[in-house]
Amino acid sequence: MKPAPFAYVRPGTTEDVLAELGRDGAKVLAGGQSLVPVLAMRLGRPSTLVDINAVPELNRMSRTDGHLRVGATVRQRQVQYDDAAAAVPLLRLALPWVGHREIRSRGTVCGSIAHADPSAELPAVASCLDATMVVTSAGGAREISASEFFTGAMSTAVVPEELLTEVRFPVAADGEGFGFGEIARRHGDFALAGVAVRVRTTTAGPEARISCFGISDHPVTRDVSPQLRAALDATGAEPDGSGLGRALRDHAVAIADDVVDTGGDAHASAAYRRQLVAGLVSRHVARAYLKSVRPNREGESS
Amino acid sequence: MSAPSKTGPSRIEDAALLTGQGRFLDDMDPLPGTLVATVVRSPHAHARITAVHLDAARRHPGVAAVIGPDEVLATLRPFPLSVKAPTPYYPTATDKTRFVGEPVVVVVATDRYSAEDAAELVEIDYEVLPAVVRTDQALEDDAPRLHDQADSNVATDRTFTFGEVDAAFDRAAHTVTGHYSFPRYSSMPMECYSVVADWQDRADGPEVTAWSNFHGPFSMAPVVAGCLGIPTSSLRLVVPADIGGSFGIKSAVYPYIALMALASKHAGRPVRWTEDRLEHLQASSSGSDRLMTFSAAVDADGVISALRVDLVDNVGAYLRPPEPSTLYRCFGNITGAYRIDEVEIRARAVVTNKAPTGLNRGFGGQQLYFGLERLIDDIAVELGLDPADVRRRNLLHADQFPHATPSGGIYDSGDYHRAFELALENVDYERLRKEQAAARADGEWMGIGMATIVDPSATNIGYVGLATPVQDRTARRGKSGSTEHVRISVDLQGVVSVLLGTVPQGQGHATVARDIVAQHLGLPVEQVRPRVEMDTASTPWTISSGSYSSRFAPLLTSALLEAADGIAATIRLAAGVLLEADPDSLELADGHVRVIEDPDRAVEFRHAAGLVHWDPGSLPDGVAARLYEEAAFTPPQSKAASRTDQINSSLCYGFVAEVVVVRIDPETMRVSIENVSSVHDAGTILNQTLLDGQIHGALAQALGGALYEEMTYSDAGQPTAGTFMDYLCPTSAESCFPLVSDHVVTPSPLTRLGAKGSGEGSSMSLPVAIANAVADALAPEGVAISSLPLHGNVLHQLLHQTKGT
Repeated sequence: MKPAPFAYVRPGTTEDVLAELGRDGAKVLAGGQSLVPVLAMRLGRPSTLVDINAVPELNRMSRTDGHLRVGATVRQRQVQYDDAAAAVPLLRLALPWVGHREIRSRGTVCGSIAHADPSAELPAVASCLDATMVVTSAGGAREISASEFFTGAMSTAVVPEELLTEVRFPVAADGEGFGFGEIARRHGDFALAGVAVRVRTTTAGPEARISCFGISDHPVTRDVSPQLRAALDATGAEPDGSGLGRALRDHAVAIADDVVDTGGDAHASAAYRRQLVAGLVSRHVARAYLKSVRPNREGESS
Repeated sequence: MSAPSKTGPSRIEDAALLTGQGRFLDDMDPLPGTLVATVVRSPHAHARITAVHLDAARRHPGVAAVIGPDEVLATLRPFPLSVKAPTPYYPTATDKTRFVGEPVVVVVATDRYSAEDAAELVEIDYEVLPAVVRTDQALEDDAPRLHDQADSNVATDRTFTFGEVDAAFDRAAHTVTGHYSFPRYSSMPMECYSVVADWQDRADGPEVTAWSNFHGPFSMAPVVAGCLGIPTSSLRLVVPADIGGSFGIKSAVYPYIALMALASKHAGRPVRWTEDRLEHLQASSSGSDRLMTFSAAVDADGVISALRVDLVDNVGAYLRPPEPSTLYRCFGNITGAYRIDEVEIRARAVVTNKAPTGLNRGFGGQQLYFGLERLIDDIAVELGLDPADVRRRNLLHADQFPHATPSGGIYDSGDYHRAFELALENVDYERLRKEQAAARADGEWMGIGMATIVDPSATNIGYVGLATPVQDRTARRGKSGSTEHVRISVDLQGVVSVLLGTVPQGQGHATVARDIVAQHLGLPVEQVRPRVEMDTASTPWTISSGSYSSRFAPLLTSALLEAADGIAATIRLAAGVLLEADPDSLELADGHVRVIEDPDRAVEFRHAAGLVHWDPGSLPDGVAARLYEEAAFTPPQSKAASRTDQINSSLCYGFVAEVVVVRIDPETMRVSIENVSSVHDAGTILNQTLLDGQIHGALAQALGGALYEEMTYSDAGQPTAGTFMDYLCPTSAESCFPLVSDHVVTPSPLTRLGAKGSGEGSSMSLPVAIANAVADALAPEGVAISSLPLHGNVLHQLLHQTKGT
């Protein structure tokens, strides 16, 4: 289990990184939590590893213009504990589910999103919030919305000479509540099924958006506002979490039928995954709604 | 002598391990100029090798040797097997590959990177053959045949009848039968296999020295020597003091000792091979999976009079020694903790296109008790009885010991009823049943499961002989034994050295040995220095040596006392000279030798030792100046299998009673362990902390097998749990559950301290106790539980099938 030969460069500027990425077979090394095992198993053979960890401007996190901007080398654990990230509650809900603490200490938010594992948490968060990916090449930068970014299992709209330099997550607005949950066989494993939820309740009524993961080749996002409103009609305006969850149950079963399109594997059949998604959707949509109308309870999901 | 203190000091092994000072083989560089090997393995489950092209790899920079089937056949012989079966086994494939991951070629280079680069240049042409993977498939007459010379894939098939089994079944009010399947899993030691081998051609033939993390059984030493074609004494095996876990799994490193020795012969230099995790998951070892049928003849009250047992072990591609021992390790205790006088056993092993199996903590016990203890619960269901009552009506009573089982076991001591009742009381069993009734009324899935098992320790390796029919067993060439060896010496300052050849892998043998010797010689523990070292050239050993079948507590501690007795006698003689007293009037206490009747007349232990070293001329005439003693504890109860096929397959028989409470989440179908009550009888407790550690470890291992881990294969024989993403070991997050652990002590009359082994108990009992609890929880749904592991996806599917939707 030793990698095949490769060249290694560690540029100090984004410009130099992009120049290196212009070479054939170059691959970005950020936290290395997915890439290094792939190299060791010789499942990937980049000619050059471009280590971006020495570029200062890629290690920045800031809140500007209604967005939390997370640079390419910002570690998952930095985001988990940085006050600036509190403006994006869904990230805070999801990050404890990403691998284990040791993995989050090295793994980057941008790296997980660029890797696009279908059962990973952060692509689902980006999808649910419709985050913006800033992708840069020697020719300049372009912005890609999450709905355009994830094109399939382990594949994205990023082309080889480009670097995902930053992800911009919209900060939460008043009247927004969030939910996040997943089922894995063990703590820290990739999810058998999971869901990220955003509910926005205004005078016009609630809107709900979910992104499910682990159940298709990429996160599957749905507007479930009609289902939430129907459930609220059934429970009355002031439901408790379990009452609303029960009212959502039949809708959630239909949603699960719609979104789960994996053939299943040894850990979970498609039918089992549908059962898991139905439970997750009803529970976390209910929680997100309650938080959207009682904002002081933020942070209690899952 | 009373047992050492129950709490005991902390382990002397820990400081080095916790500060990174442990010395594992991969940290050591025993021979300068050692090269590094990598193994090219079969990607096919079953394929004929039509050509092997090694030239390109041999030309790669840094490569010293590349060996394949031709080199193996030119020098090596098949490993001697435990039974006569036409299933030749070499350390690599020679004619065909029979499992994914089977070694085919070894590349030796300056470093592992170069070796792996060159390994990519090896080309092997295969003609892919149909694979047979499942046990039931392997039993079919027209199944693909693994070994061309064999008539079938059944490598061994024996039937044993003890007593009037048919008559008992004819008489019985009920016959209860269950079909069960036990999965294949491992214990996943943190350190993988590691070997450094050196082949030297001497005037009188080759000599091989091999360092490895092999922990026995050393009956594999002649197996390796047989493959190498050299006398066992020409094979020197050295084992480092630190081994990073094994649980039996590392016993199967031995084929690589032979393979790397051959690689060294061709490279002309010592060769190191360190297994990586992918290799370990694919091709090292595991417990065997088993299909089994259990039938009991039961009277109207649930009392069992006879048992029929049909076991089929899936041992993978080869009958790798010591297989088929999984079938026989529990032969003497096959009737478990129950008074059952008539038993019939059919024991078969089939070969399939999966990796070979071997020792795994609990060896044969988790498989046996999965059938037997599921059957007890099935009897309870069929007769409408409480499963605790069925056990109460069949468990042996305290006044029935020693108890001879029909298959030859002689249970040395026990009080099963007291231990079982304690396990029930500790979780308030009556209240639990009321809670369960209330939960069921609310539609919740709550279940209570239990297991009561005999925990055999100090294996009598003679059971291996049972796989061979009596007419084929040579008279006066029987095999038996569970001996253990130790050497104690005293230096001129009175410091006592204890040499342990028990090859521990983290159990804390040194700590216990130190405490026992210190107590026996009346010394402070600081004055005793245990040394863990196995070097077959200098450490006393026999083929039964090694760390397996929970041998340390019953056997090694007995040997320690025998050797310490000899030391004490010499010290008393020397002190008698100094004190001008009769040696028989002296005792060893508080670092002194003193007159029992007049304790003020005393000399220090070290001065008595010093006399033997410095002034042996003052010893009484005819007394040898010997302050080193070797002992070989040789229990006479461990005999070879009888001509009637009975065997006392272990020296000691402990007991475990376990009660488990589970709940199942209706949404995720996940089983949560709400409570475990575990009562062990391991005889005299030598060190409570270490015993607790063994129990916790065995429970965690069992939890893995019950709920998480399985070595799965596709129908084509491809491993589908080839990485830690799919082979799921429970982590600390999964291993936290409430535990009430308690003890009953019935000392063994056969060991010096009354101690029995206790390293495996719960790994045998908890898997089936969990299965029984899940079966109990889902009983209202009509779901039958007949296999493991029981995770959400499995239960979802079972429920789905039962509902017929």
